[in-house]
Amino acid sequence: MSKASRDAILGKLRGSAIRDGDEASARAAVKARIKTHARGTIPARSKLDRKGLMNLFAEQATAVDATVARVAAADDVPAAVADYLRGENLPTTLRMAPDPRLDDCSWDKAPMLDIAYGKAEPADQVTVTGAFAGIAETGTLMLISGPESPTTLNFLPDTHIVVLRASEMVGAYEDAWDRLRVTGRMPRNVNFITGPSRSGDIEQTLHLGAHGPRRLHVILVEDDG
Amino acid sequence: MSVHEPTSHNFPENARKALGNKTLQRGLASAKVGFRIRRSEAAARLPEFETLRDESRDIKNHTLAHIDLYLEEFEKRVVERGGHVHWAADAAEARETVLTICRAAGAKTVTKGKSMISEEMGLNAFLEENGIEPVETDLGEYIIQLRGETPSHIIAPAFHVLKEEVIETFREKHTHLNPDRVIEEARELQDEARQVLRERFLGADVGITGANFLIAETGSTVIVTNEGNGDLTQTLPRVHIVLASLEKIVPTLEDASTILRLLARSATGQEYSSYTTFSTGPRRGEDLDGPHEFHVVLLDNGRTDLIGTEMQDVLRCIRCGACMNHCPVYGAIGGHAYGWVYPGPIGAVLSPSLIGVEEAHHLPAASTFCGRCEAVCPMRIPLPKLMRHLREREFERGIPPATVRWGLAAWAWLARRPTIYHLAMRLPIRLMALLGGRKGRFRSLPLAGGWTSQRDLPAPQGPTFQAMWNARGGRREASK
Amino acid sequence: MAEPGSRPNVALFVTCLADLFRPTVGLAAVKLLEKAGCEVSVPRGQTCCGQPAYNSGDRTNAAEIARRTIPALLPYDYVVAPSGSCAGMIRKHWPALLEGDPQMSKLAISVAEKTWELTSFLTDVCGMQSVDAEYDGVAAYHDSCSGLRELGVREQPRKLLGTVKGLTVKDLAHPEECCGFGGTFAVKYPDISGRMVSDKADDIEATGADLLLAGDLGCLMNMAGKLKRSGSAIKVRHVAEVLAGDTGTPPIGEGEP
Repeated sequence: MSKASRDAILGKLRGSAIRDGDEASARAAVKARIKTHARGTIPARSKLDRKGLMNLFAEQATAVDATVARVAAADDVPAAVADYLRGENLPTTLRMAPDPRLDDCSWDKAPMLDIAYGKAEPADQVTVTGAFAGIAETGTLMLISGPESPTTLNFLPDTHIVVLRASEMVGAYEDAWDRLRVTGRMPRNVNFITGPSRSGDIEQTLHLGAHGPRRLHVILVEDDG
Repeated sequence: MSVHEPTSHNFPENARKALGNKTLQRGLASAKVGFRIRRSEAAARLPEFETLRDESRDIKNHTLAHIDLYLEEFEKRVVERGGHVHWAADAAEARETVLTICRAAGAKTVTKGKSMISEEMGLNAFLEENGIEPVETDLGEYIIQLRGETPSHIIAPAFHVLKEEVIETFREKHTHLNPDRVIEEARELQDEARQVLRERFLGADVGITGANFLIAETGSTVIVTNEGNGDLTQTLPRVHIVLASLEKIVPTLEDASTILRLLARSATGQEYSSYTTFSTGPRRGEDLDGPHEFHVVLLDNGRTDLIGTEMQDVLRCIRCGACMNHCPVYGAIGGHAYGWVYPGPIGAVLSPSLIGVEEAHHLPAASTFCGRCEAVCPMRIPLPKLMRHLREREFERGIPPATVRWGLAAWAWLARRPTIYHLAMRLPIRLMALLGGRKGRFRSLPLAGGWTSQRDLPAPQGPTFQAMWNARGGRREASK
Repeated sequence: MAEPGSRPNVALFVTCLADLFRPTVGLAAVKLLEKAGCEVSVPRGQTCCGQPAYNSGDRTNAAEIARRTIPALLPYDYVVAPSGSCAGMIRKHWPALLEGDPQMSKLAISVAEKTWELTSFLTDVCGMQSVDAEYDGVAAYHDSCSGLRELGVREQPRKLLGTVKGLTVKDLAHPEECCGFGGTFAVKYPDISGRMVSDKADDIEATGADLLLAGDLGCLMNMAGKLKRSGSAIKVRHVAEVLAGDTGTPPIGEGEP
């Protein structure tokens, strides 16, 4: 069924598509475009230095109802997490990504945090993850799936805390794709997250926390670690 | 509710009902204003917006010219990752394919992200007939599913439903919840939906999403949501099925990123949606979560007939909804009046292209060609021109009523013969001016019922310009 | 093209609606063009730009009308129409209509390139900065869709109206919203058209204006018809009438007082 349809569809498309040159040059053009993966116009707004990008990211993320805290070093992260949870009156039980990048944060400095690792369970209220990149252009987090970064941590809890380092900040989406290509693998999921979950489906009024987290808190670590 | 039987042939009656529907009119009034302002502001905040429109159009044009090759590439990559690609010639084949996958997975419940292709396929009713329960998870889609309705807008499917109606529906359908609970505000309704649907997400055997884009380079599918429902739909169950029509394909990640800069801005005025997700194959060996199976169902259903034709440009559509948000006709009648899956200007072109001009001939005819749709379309689709092509097809097939065709033919016969025209028009125009009398207008006039049912018809002044120009010996030729 | 120093030869494309329903619009256009230093002729070989056929899908007749009219318009430096939709038809659509016609294709392009809507011709080509007219009142101005979106006519009529002594020009809340005319649309889908023109009329009334102006008679007859049906006292005129100071005739849809 599918094979017959496949052949019929492709045959029809090949016969109808209007393009320059012959079959061979068309194949070459397709191959070349994919190989080169050229960029389109990149908005000028993110052509900034590292400091500028951090500020742009914070501004953009805040504009879409994420909250942003800035700390000087990885060591300051646990206290920043604890402060945030206290300020929002949230439980201090966390599900954390088993991400080695989070290891250098000295979590033992915040003993009130009750940390379990792994993928998210339905009952988890707060999760903490790292990020593959921060995209300053729109205040967006790029998170990729992997054994150290299960996707459910991004979607199941009410509150999602993301630790984002200065070294992970880029200006535009295309810069992030370049970084991903360097790793040599395409993960099952690439999530671009821009602010918390929201819906305006009931009488056009916007409310956060439709199905995904209603709180997205980003801890920006200024050091270049 | 049965498979989406089109009611487009009934458009004038549908429109009449919609115009008289006060609830709908209220929803339309607020929805359209909001969308327009927000899109305008978002476009103004991005200096590169117009350039990106040109580039996005060019990306899609290149892709459509090589669509067979890009689809083959996409398929190779999906299979490399351990996914499956199924090709479906039409809606029936697509439905069977989905059913087969669901049966193999022993599925009882299926969660769904928003997918216009699944509407086009009539999937939900089919699954129900076959003992599988589909659960819409996009809040707007969920609401209309509970109400047994169809979406009236491609981005905000339930904008025609008032808050009071949502309350009524939740009370009626969420029977397992405490009947004394307070649900009055939108916030409370959303929280209740979140709570109810969370259980469905966790219990689903199969998750079905659409795709805004298919990426040839990596074999990825892309969804764009604000709620996160698409992500819970595809991550939690064992099986993830992606439904996509052929033209969703783009070459590279960069190409998708270029176009994505326009999508949310054109749809809701956001710079980016809350969740834009690229999915590539099933879970990897070391992953802790994610589906075990990844299936992409590629649907033709008439698209191959558009490639290489004067209608091809319509396949650049990225489903942002900007055209309908700015259309004065859609703004007066809403989405249901169009009678099939796609409303507004895009529907006026796509519906007749997919289900035929005989069924959907009213849709491209019911336009003033004001051009606003084309002005705001991020992909620069020349919607009025495409509607005109469909009108030409209708004219060739004799679809407009005989009176209209004869009237046009008579007018054209005269218009091609200026001397006869100028003479012939003098008397009827003079007569009309006299009949218009002191008032200078007609409340009613034979043969002009369509006009005078809504407004008076101003009377002519009396003499024609050509006659007046003759009378004063006006210049008829250039002096050089 | 006109030799430098000599007056440009302008062919007035009067439009079928002005010719048949409101010739004073044509006369006002001539007056304005002559004031701007043009030599105006009205070629006999014109009737209609072909829009009714074209938009109804009757390409054959539309092309034939264009074919017959082009020779009459060729010998001029410019073709000017007091209508955004007719000028738009000639400028944007005649070349496409005759693309496949080896003899007419180039001529269609030649005519298209020198065709202009009236007010934009006066400001953008003739460099007119002001008019001598007077009108005591408050006018609302409606932007006709074709003029606006096909030809970019928006600021030009407003600029000239701004110099009319005694006249205040108000913008509608939704100036870019279609009035619901759309040629045959108004009679084919009267319910929808009626709603659109009703919304437009509400917008016009809300400005408090006593005068409605626009550059297209189709739109004007549609809006005037609705305003009169609702019992409104708002006077409706073509923008050329006010710019030329020719407001002695009854407004659109009104008889002699």
